[in-house]
Amino acid sequence: MANQTSKSFVDNLGKIYGVYAGSFVGFVILLAILEQMGLPNKIIGYSFVFLTIGVYAYIGVLSRTSELSEYYVAGRVVPPFFNGMATGADWMSAASFISMAGGLYLGGYGALGYVLGWTGGYVLVGVLLAPYLRKFGQFTVPDFLGVRYEGNTARICGVVVLFCASFTYIVAQTFGIGIITSRFLGIPFEVAIFVGLLGILVCSMLGGMRAVTWTQVAQYIILIMAYLIPVVWLSIKLFGNPIPELAYGQVLEQIGELEKKLGILKPHAAAYVDAKGQFSWVEFNNFWALTLTLMVGTASLPHILMRYFTTPNVKDARTSVGWSIFFIFLLYFTAPAYAAFAKLEVYTNVIGQNINALPAWVQNWSQVGGLLTIKDGNGDGILQLSEFIINQDIIVLSMPEIAGLPYVISGLVAAGGLAAALSTADGLLLAIANALSHDVYYKLIDPHASTMRRLVVARILLVVVAICGAAVAGTRPAGIIQMVAWAFSLAAAGLFAPLVLGIWWKRTTAAGAIAGMVVGFGVCLFYLIGTRYFGMTEWFGIRNISSALFGLPLAFLVTWAVSLMTKAPSQDMQDFVDSIRVPKGELHWVAGQAHE
Amino acid sequence: MAEMTSAQRDAYWSKTSRLMWIIMVLWVVFSFIIPAFAVQLNQIKVFGFPLGFYFAAQGSLISYVVLCFWNAIAQNKIDQEFGVAED
Repeated sequence: MANQTSKSFVDNLGKIYGVYAGSFVGFVILLAILEQMGLPNKIIGYSFVFLTIGVYAYIGVLSRTSELSEYYVAGRVVPPFFNGMATGADWMSAASFISMAGGLYLGGYGALGYVLGWTGGYVLVGVLLAPYLRKFGQFTVPDFLGVRYEGNTARICGVVVLFCASFTYIVAQTFGIGIITSRFLGIPFEVAIFVGLLGILVCSMLGGMRAVTWTQVAQYIILIMAYLIPVVWLSIKLFGNPIPELAYGQVLEQIGELEKKLGILKPHAAAYVDAKGQFSWVEFNNFWALTLTLMVGTASLPHILMRYFTTPNVKDARTSVGWSIFFIFLLYFTAPAYAAFAKLEVYTNVIGQNINALPAWVQNWSQVGGLLTIKDGNGDGILQLSEFIINQDIIVLSMPEIAGLPYVISGLVAAGGLAAALSTADGLLLAIANALSHDVYYKLIDPHASTMRRLVVARILLVVVAICGAAVAGTRPAGIIQMVAWAFSLAAAGLFAPLVLGIWWKRTTAAGAIAGMVVGFGVCLFYLIGTRYFGMTEWFGIRNISSALFGLPLAFLVTWAVSLMTKAPSQDMQDFVDSIRVPKGELHWVAGQAHE
Repeated sequence: MAEMTSAQRDAYWSKTSRLMWIIMVLWVVFSFIIPAFAVQLNQIKVFGFPLGFYFAAQGSLISYVVLCFWNAIAQNKIDQEFGVAED
């Protein structure tokens, strides 16, 4: 790749990534053969971690650039299919890859709110936002707010929301990277975080969005293979059916029968029940509140929205949303199968067994600190359900062993988890650093900065933000999964209303949008902090992971009311809105506004 | 703005808005209305899946993929009809 993405590279993407995927499969097979010949597990773990990070780094270095539009929006040449893959990797984090199936194992139907919430938001992205933001054609999400709401106040509000949401999220990702790296390299967590940090920076620093895009495609290929192979294998082994998503219907039936036998009060598939198995309105309300928060949050998180700035045109941005949700769907609709298979295994081969004769995977994992605890409370030598405590992160990581697969597949799963965490961290890091370098430094502090200088500042900020993220993650802040959900609430309450109304309602004024952002974000933050740290009573029993439920409607309401009270936007501004609504044609810039 | 009269622009936007509302209504149906009846739907079993569980785990997800592609295709048709599709 030269300084600018060449046409022949884009034309040959299919071939390039095909060869890449093939080589990776070859590498896995080679390691599998070596494993049979006696290669120690530790070497296999090291090979996976270092080889994959090495490949990402190689792509990152190849994609270095000194062009602004390459650095910020990958030169706007990313075809929809590949942008879909990149968005998939950008989107699916350590939480999706490692923890979600485990959450479904523990939560049953209740946890399906995450599955719905983390997929349905793409409908909002594709219909309401992505094509119009692509037509707008600048570099960042706050850019849009700054232009549409004529001034730096709106831009700064956007940057603040973006920073709070994305930084919370990135801390969680760095934490995940630390856990995986330390487990598979056998090094302390604090050191592992910084090894992971190098992995993140090497992908993004030299090439910005361009480098992140092409590594994310590579990361998606690895993470989806790593996720599907163990569960497909198990499905074939148990049911002779290579499609686990169909096979687990039978599993759910068997689980239902076993639950009756074991006297479990809360069935796996039962909707909106409390711990005693009774219908509960609190569970019902929290389910839809979480679904809504996560969906709207999806459509407000800048690291996702900015992926659609990179397609060649508006039409491709729309198609690209379709591919994104398709590639994400592949993982999400498999997760409940993981949970069901693991539950069946535990109910049939673990619970009620003699403690000395448990399956090998249980024995292996119970030796890793605190993830799986077996305690023979009543001393009868038989394992009861209440004596078996499993951490949700184990389900995906132990699936290869449950399925009786060689260790090489465990290494593959680790590589997949790492790919998921690295790719999301890269996207987030870039979203934050770009907002700081473009919206704060260039637009507010030094509008005359040269291209060279802007790129230098962008890279310095990237490193600074990454180090801060790692430093915070190193303190192991409590409730890390919860923090991810918080990021969604903050983004949803602060950004969704001004973005959607700015496009769909011409009458939205600057004052209205700013008031809406401040009130929406403020109420959401108040609820989060109040319920989490000051023992505030929950409103209507809504848990604070869904705190956007209050901020979001208020943001719309305040934006609407204040807009009507203030003078309508100028004709120039209305013409500008008209021009972003139509795919073809020049943008109608409001006089005096600087743009790229 | 390419050579579009004000009337054409309004017609274009009302068609686009109509598509948006149709998809949003379907999105609400698959995201909130159907899951709201999960308890009742769970009484019905299909291939071992309680139907309420099936929708939240797979059915609605499939609908999202379809809705996103449908939006892209339908909006392209509208763009072409009004001659505002990109070259």
